[in-house]
Amino acid sequence: MTRYEEIAQRIQKDFQSQLKSNQIVIQIGSATCEKAAGSDLVREEFEKLVKATGRQDIRLKQTGCTGRCSREPIVGVFFPGQFPFKYEKVTVAKVQQIFEQHILGGKPVLNLILDKKTTKYYSHIVTLYPSNAPGFAEDKKWEDILVERLKAKHVDPETTRVFVGGNVNISNKVQGKQGVGMMIFPEKTLYHFASEAELDQIIQAHFVENKTCPELFAQIDSMTERFFSVYGDVAFFNKQTRLTLRNSGIIDPENMDEYIFNHGYEGLAKALAKNEPNFVIEEVLKSGLRGRGGAGYPTGRKWKDATTSPDPIKYTVCNADEGDPGAFMDRSALEGDPFSVIEGMTIAAFAVGAHQGYMYIRAEYPLAIERCEKAIAKARAAGFLGKNILGSGFDYDIEIRLGAGAFVCGEETALMRSIEGRRGQPRIRPPYPTQGGLWGHPTVINNVETLANVPVIMVYGADFFARIGTEKSKGTKVFALAGKINNTGLVEVPMGTTLREIIFDIGGGIPGGRSLKGIQTGGPSGGTIPASAVDTPVDYDSLTQAGSIMGSGGMIILDDSDCMVATAKFFLEFTQDESCGKCVPCREGTLRMLEILTRITDGHGSLEDITKLERLGKLIQKTSLCGLGQTAPNPVLSVLKNFRAEFLEHITEKHCPTQRCPKLVRYEIDEEKCTGCTLCARRCPVPCISGTARKPHVIDQERCIKCGECFTVCKFDAVKKL
Amino acid sequence: MITETKNTLPKEICDFIDVCLTREHPESYLIAVLHKLQQQFGYLTREHMDEVAQRLHVPASFVSGVATFYHFFRLQPRGKFSISVCLGTACFVKGADKILDAFRAELGVDLAETTKDGLFSLDCTRCLGVCGLAPVVTINDKVYSQVTPQQVPDLINRAKADLETTETKV
Ligand SMILES: Cc1cc2nc3c(=O)[nH]c(=O)nc-3n(C[C@H](O)[C@H](O)[C@H](O)COP(=O)(O)O)c2cc1C
Ligand code: SF4
Ligand code: SF4
Ligand code: SF4
Ligand code: FES
Repeated sequence: MTRYEEIAQRIQKDFQSQLKSNQIVIQIGSATCEKAAGSDLVREEFEKLVKATGRQDIRLKQTGCTGRCSREPIVGVFFPGQFPFKYEKVTVAKVQQIFEQHILGGKPVLNLILDKKTTKYYSHIVTLYPSNAPGFAEDKKWEDILVERLKAKHVDPETTRVFVGGNVNISNKVQGKQGVGMMIFPEKTLYHFASEAELDQIIQAHFVENKTCPELFAQIDSMTERFFSVYGDVAFFNKQTRLTLRNSGIIDPENMDEYIFNHGYEGLAKALAKNEPNFVIEEVLKSGLRGRGGAGYPTGRKWKDATTSPDPIKYTVCNADEGDPGAFMDRSALEGDPFSVIEGMTIAAFAVGAHQGYMYIRAEYPLAIERCEKAIAKARAAGFLGKNILGSGFDYDIEIRLGAGAFVCGEETALMRSIEGRRGQPRIRPPYPTQGGLWGHPTVINNVETLANVPVIMVYGADFFARIGTEKSKGTKVFALAGKINNTGLVEVPMGTTLREIIFDIGGGIPGGRSLKGIQTGGPSGGTIPASAVDTPVDYDSLTQAGSIMGSGGMIILDDSDCMVATAKFFLEFTQDESCGKCVPCREGTLRMLEILTRITDGHGSLEDITKLERLGKLIQKTSLCGLGQTAPNPVLSVLKNFRAEFLEHITEKHCPTQRCPKLVRYEIDEEKCTGCTLCARRCPVPCISGTARKPHVIDQERCIKCGECFTVCKFDAVKKL
Repeated sequence: MITETKNTLPKEICDFIDVCLTREHPESYLIAVLHKLQQQFGYLTREHMDEVAQRLHVPASFVSGVATFYHFFRLQPRGKFSISVCLGTACFVKGADKILDAFRAELGVDLAETTKDGLFSLDCTRCLGVCGLAPVVTINDKVYSQVTPQQVPDLINRAKADLETTETKV
């Protein structure tokens, strides 16, 4: 038995006995977002209550975040052999209710359930996961068929509830056949059927004869099984395919044994056992994995590039700078499952022959830093880092380096300077990092999410990975959904999923009865896709065609109250502020563009400004030294292209249709409503409101400075904002 | 020019620098040292930076070059409560500008300024990764999510109240 097998076997035993013990587990989210929502208070309250009962069979457990931001804090209550209940937006008062009624009384508090799908207490919940293999799932309405068959067999619909999930397409594809996956709670039995006859067979066995039907068991991998057996009934989750986020919200991120129990370090052990770095590179090449940090460079090729150098000193770097303001995939991954990133780094190091690695984490993420520090120390103590890893003779260690609030340090050459302790200014490439990187040695830099995919590829094989996604974009992508969307949070979907599915099926659409206006992806380097292109599939090429980029995964949803010119200006202010100042086109060019945009939003724009913006933008793109400058004009150019009419309205009509640009709104007094109370005239700072008492007042538009005071003070709703 | 090393750095930081000197590329730990200093003192002083330069065997200009390059480092003292309004994209579209205006009005200071009583300083940050619960404000280490302009006076008062309770405890 290898050293890894010994460790894994011991952990299997420990966990199996833990699962068998009759413990009640209370699982509490612990991540920056969860804490901001109040999860620490929730935890303290549970601790107090458990202590007061003196019971030993109730265990509190922490996890990272599941990615369901808008419903946090989330608490899971798991009784052995029962349906896994998840509660949303838990407060201290709700903790007391949950504890009394559910933990002590055994009765779930149904009105607090996550996503409120369960309004009753069902004895069985059946979730269907139609495969996305074309032609099969759509052929029939399996939900209706199942409900009808259950009825025919006299299964009480009052006690058994059917849900349709999305595609857990892993389960079907692992098995290599088309069909429908079906999980039955609370037993968590997973079936897979490919015809109505097979479905009948399952119903007969499971519901009528109270047995199981082993010949139709789905051979789902335990990685997916764990996630879906906890969250499978929640629509937000079961429409996703969780590879990189497989452990988030499931395991305790500080518990390495639990990571190992979920296939952790199996990938590294496999790579080391083969003892053939080339094998690893070939697998990663074959998987089709491309960098998730923005540029989408094939990961296997990058690794191969590094091996061509004879230099014996090589480095690997994890880019955890997550510079896109409005993105949080990497933070969540590091807080919720740091070991998978560390394992990915170790596999990469083995493949390229590096012995030292650096995790470059932005200082704004203190909890992620803390979790990674702990994880590295634990991995080292257990022999997964350091000298002679798992007895293989391979040495590798990781140090953490902190960013210090400079967006440009996400750019790879700047990042390396920053690791070296210097000012993070980019330099010209070549040499590329894989040839001359840190201190001149070959260096492989990969994004957090890229690395988190690597263990999956090693465990399940390149073919498995390559089956997910589209022809040129393999695997899944995590998006950080924020802005004007009902379900803000993390969404991991197979490449090729449409924006519509992400925004409406998973994201739950736009709140407040408003309508979708645009989808911003790629942050300050990206662009805004108009609502009309909502059927665009997310993959590297399609998003570029739609006028934006894949970027690192930030996805900000804009509704009809958002001004596109203001949004473009926001990004330019950001890049202007973050430009390192080394080269003129970026430093001066973005400043000029910003001046023009400010002129436009102040109401002094002219039509020439549009040509000027376009010309300047193209010049900056072409002549800037690094990616920051080369992409800085993108948000503006994409708005000019996709939302040109709105831009023109700002210039020719001097009007902002969303009233978001304060200088481009008009205040008018409604003659009918105005009582002539004179308040506005007295308050106007200019003053430019005239009228006599008890007669309607008038605003002199020429002199009005748009301060909005009249609008605010009028008690009769007579001042209109247009 | 040889200047005498003034001993103004706390011992832990000197010890940390000594450890760094035993490793490869000691100067690469400069940013880590500055983080530790700022964590402890809230900002970086001239004397501290000069002493770091001497102990780490790098020119003083190198240290100040790094300290001024990175936005995270502050060269001015901050208030007891450091208020930071997130101006990342998600917070921006959820109206972070209005939150910032509310703090400005309530405290009577602008960005990067401190109130006269030395209690509050106002800053902005670019995303804390809590975008799903935007808009976000931090006061010292505590993160507040889904903040409304109406809550701003209350947040300030709560901070003041915390101060009073800790001061009476002492
Ligand atoms: C201005 C700028 C900022 C960047 N920020 C990040 C970042 O925060 N995180 C990241 O992983 N990549 C970032 N990148 C991309 C990196 O330079 C690099 O391509 C990436 O880390 C490579 O990893 P990958 O191949 O795994 O994607 C940025 C690039 C530029 C030009
Ligand atoms: S493009 Fe901008 S950020 Fe990049 S090197 Fe030039 S000035 Fe610096
Ligand atoms: S405050 Fe309103 S009602 Fe009074 S004068 Fe002005 S517009 Fe008319
Ligand atoms: S917006 Fe301000 S300046 Fe204009 S009329 Fe109203 S109060 Fe006067
Ligand atoms: S944009 Fe404010 S937390 Fe991300």
